[in-house]
Amino acid sequence: MSAEPRLLEVRKNVLKQNDMIARSLRERFRSERTFVVSLVSSPGAGKTAFLEKTLTLLRRDFRVAALVGDLATENDALRLARSQAPVKQITTGTLCHLEAAMVKRALDEWEIGPLDLLFVENVGNLVCPASYDLGEDLRLVLLSVTEGEDKPLKYPTIFNSADVAVITKIDLAAAVEFDEAAAEANIQAVRPGMQVFQVSAKSGAGIEDYLRFLKSKLAPLPSTSTIPSEK
Amino acid sequence: MHELSIALSIVEMAQEEADRRSVSIDAVHLDLGALSGVVKEALIFSYEVACEGTPLKGSRLVVKEIPIEAYCPVCNQLRRLTSMQWFCCPECSTPISEVLHGRELTITALELKP
Repeated sequence: MSAEPRLLEVRKNVLKQNDMIARSLRERFRSERTFVVSLVSSPGAGKTAFLEKTLTLLRRDFRVAALVGDLATENDALRLARSQAPVKQITTGTLCHLEAAMVKRALDEWEIGPLDLLFVENVGNLVCPASYDLGEDLRLVLLSVTEGEDKPLKYPTIFNSADVAVITKIDLAAAVEFDEAAAEANIQAVRPGMQVFQVSAKSGAGIEDYLRFLKSKLAPLPSTSTIPSEK
Repeated sequence: MHELSIALSIVEMAQEEADRRSVSIDAVHLDLGALSGVVKEALIFSYEVACEGTPLKGSRLVVKEIPIEAYCPVCNQLRRLTSMQWFCCPECSTPISEVLHGRELTITALELKP
């Protein structure tokens, strides 16, 4: 006599804890009027060079900072520090992605004033970061011309989870016979309507368009409003 | 590979629920969306590892794969996407920007020991 298995119905989101921390981070960023951008890509797609360029150009007019996730080294943080913007490293050890709790911990122990923009550079990985909300407003997925146009089709989950795609290293496009139309079509196939920027951190091409887009996302600055400056 | 940390969370959450209700678990049922970013085979393997040394040792993870479903505004219908490489309505090719199902990573039931 085989009895029916006794089933106890529950409904529990496995990532609930991460999602709750991400939600509280998002509320905190909103109340502090900090716009948060995360960057995901495969290793070597050029996240750090792109971010260094971004920080260097934005820090003239905005209060910017970056958190950078890295498995073991501080190399990325050291490179980003050249921008002279505040940078903090999150060493993930063997963990292949950032989680909301790691972002929160890093911010809690970081004595940093109010920010207009915070960048969070994830560990180079096109798989695992897709599952974790970090409380960001905007997730950028980077794709370098040297990686091949079909990356979006190979990693649809992360491309679908992102808000904006950035094609990097376009100064090398001709040398590697990068098929721009195919890349664009593949991105649109996995994330219809996604905005795409083409940039070169080395030559500076396309960076202005991207920065204009970022600035359009920011709340009006206190300095341009009627709120008196703190100093 | 983040399946092991996901599996550890599943074991911890299931055990918490079991303790709360004073029951023993034979199996954990999980909804796994195609867009969850988690690989079923790796998760099942990791689950076994995660159960080691816990009261859940020897229990099973029963995974129900959830396909991607989205509402097509043109067809006015819920549609199941046929490919992860083509986020469009399979009937009328309207691009799909928001999915309704397919991101699940949810414990749905605990199967109790007789």
